[in-house]
Amino acid sequence: MSALTTRPSSPVPSGASPSRADAAPVLLRLDRVTRVHGTGAGEVRALDAISLDVGPGELVAVMGPSGSGKSTLLNLAGCLDTATDGTVVVGGVDVASLDARGRAALRRRHVGFVFQDFNLVPALTAVENVSLPRELDGVPVRSARAEATAALAAVGLDDLADRFPDDMSGGQRQRVAIARAIVGPRRLLLADEPTGALDSVTGEAVMRVLRERVDAGAAGLLVTHDARHAAWADRTVFLKDGRLVDSTGRRAEPADLLDRDSASGDESGATR
Amino acid sequence: MSIRHALLALLEEQPMHGYQLRQEFETRTGGTWPLNIGQAYTTLQRLQRDGLVEPLPAADGEPERFRLTATGREQAGSWWSTPVERGAPARDELAIKLALAVTLPGVDVDAVVRTQRTETMRSLQDYARLKRRIPADVAGTDLAWSLVLDSLVFQTEAEMRWLDHVEGRVLAQRSAPNPPDDAASAAPAPSPPAAAAPAGTPRSRKARR
Repeated sequence: MSALTTRPSSPVPSGASPSRADAAPVLLRLDRVTRVHGTGAGEVRALDAISLDVGPGELVAVMGPSGSGKSTLLNLAGCLDTATDGTVVVGGVDVASLDARGRAALRRRHVGFVFQDFNLVPALTAVENVSLPRELDGVPVRSARAEATAALAAVGLDDLADRFPDDMSGGQRQRVAIARAIVGPRRLLLADEPTGALDSVTGEAVMRVLRERVDAGAAGLLVTHDARHAAWADRTVFLKDGRLVDSTGRRAEPADLLDRDSASGDESGATR
Repeated sequence: MSIRHALLALLEEQPMHGYQLRQEFETRTGGTWPLNIGQAYTTLQRLQRDGLVEPLPAADGEPERFRLTATGREQAGSWWSTPVERGAPARDELAIKLALAVTLPGVDVDAVVRTQRTETMRSLQDYARLKRRIPADVAGTDLAWSLVLDSLVFQTEAEMRWLDHVEGRVLAQRSAPNPPDDAASAAPAPSPPAAAAPAGTPRSRKARR
C-alpha cells in the first residue's frame, strides 16, 4: 500500500538547484502568476495574478467554465508553459530559472500527468509504461522497474503489471496512469478530467485511488467539470476569466454534518 | 413522506417491536432521517387499525412485537412493484431566490450564484469526506447507508450544475446583442425599475399531478 512512504529516497536531480521537494512545505507554488497570449488588440489574459499553493498530502480541485484558464494553469504547473509574470515554483525550484532542458528534467522527476484518455503507450505493458519516465531519466532499468512495480502496487494493480493497456478496463488504465504519475520521486500529480471517460462507479474508484496517493504524500491538482469528483479534494478553487473568484476552505471534520461514528452498527441511531 | 411502507417492508423480514423498527430504519439509512420512537409506535397503531399488522403474543415484560397480516404482506409487495411518485415539487428556496434575483432590479446575480456555489461545494466536500470513510466494497447496511449518501451527493451535484447553468444563461442573456423575443422573462434590460418585476411570462405552470 504505502510504496510512497516506504520507497528508498530517490536520486537527487542534478539540475540547477537540488530538489528540496521532500523538505519543502509546498510542492507547487504559484505566486501572482499571469499568462498572456498574443499581443496588442488580440491579447488574451489567460491567467490573471493567480496565487495557489499545493503541499504534500493536499488535493486541490480547479473548476470553472471552458476558457476560464484551467488548462493554462495545469500547463504552467506542469512546466509545459512559462508565466508572463509572477513565479511558479515546482518541487522547490523556480521554473523561470531553468531553460527548456532544465524544465523537462524537472517535469520528468517531479510531475506526473493524468489525462482523461489515459495516454498510455499501447505497445508497452503496464509496468513498462510506469517505468518509462524513470528510464528516460537515466535510472537503470532494474531500479526503474522496481519503482514501477511499487507504484503499481500502490494503486492496487501489482497483479496486472504485465498486461497491455488494450487488455485493461478504463478504470485500470487510469490507475496505471496514476502509478506513472507518482513513480519514483514524483510527488506532484496533475490530473486533467481524470474521470471524464469513466462511468460513475469506476470514476469514483479512480478518485479513491487518487485520494489515497495524495494522502500518502503526493500533492494533487485536479481540473474537472465534475463537482462530485472535485469534492474529493481538500479545497476547490473556482476560475473565471483567468481569475480566481472563489475557494472553499478546509472544513472541520464531517462529524458536524452527519455523525456516522455513533450511527454505524450500534443502536444510538438518530444523530444530527 | 409516510413511513408506513418502510415499516411494512422491514416487517417482511421478521416480526419486530417499535424500538427495533426504528433502529433498523435508521441503521439502513445512516440516521439521515431520524425517526422518533413516538412516530414509530403511532404508525404501528395505524397499521394495526388498518389490519396490516397484528401483535404477537408477548411474554410478561417483553415489548409487544408485530407481524404482517396477509393484507400487510400484499401491501408491502405492492410498494416494491410501484414506482415512487415525484409529486408536486417541494418549495425550493434557492430556485425561488434566483427566480427573484433575475427579475428584481439591483440584485447582483453573479454574486448570489458564486456565494451559493461555494457553499454547495462545501457540502459536497463534507459528503465526500464521509464517503472516504466507507470502503468501496461494502455490503449490507453499510451499502444501504452508502447509497443514501450517494443520493445526497447526486442531489447536491445537480444543484452545482444548475448554478453553472444559471450563470451561463444569465451571462449569455446579458451579452446578447438584442434582447430575445420573450425579453420579459429576464431582468437586466434597461427597464423602468418599477415595471421590471413580475410583469412578464407567468408561464402556465403545468400541474404535475
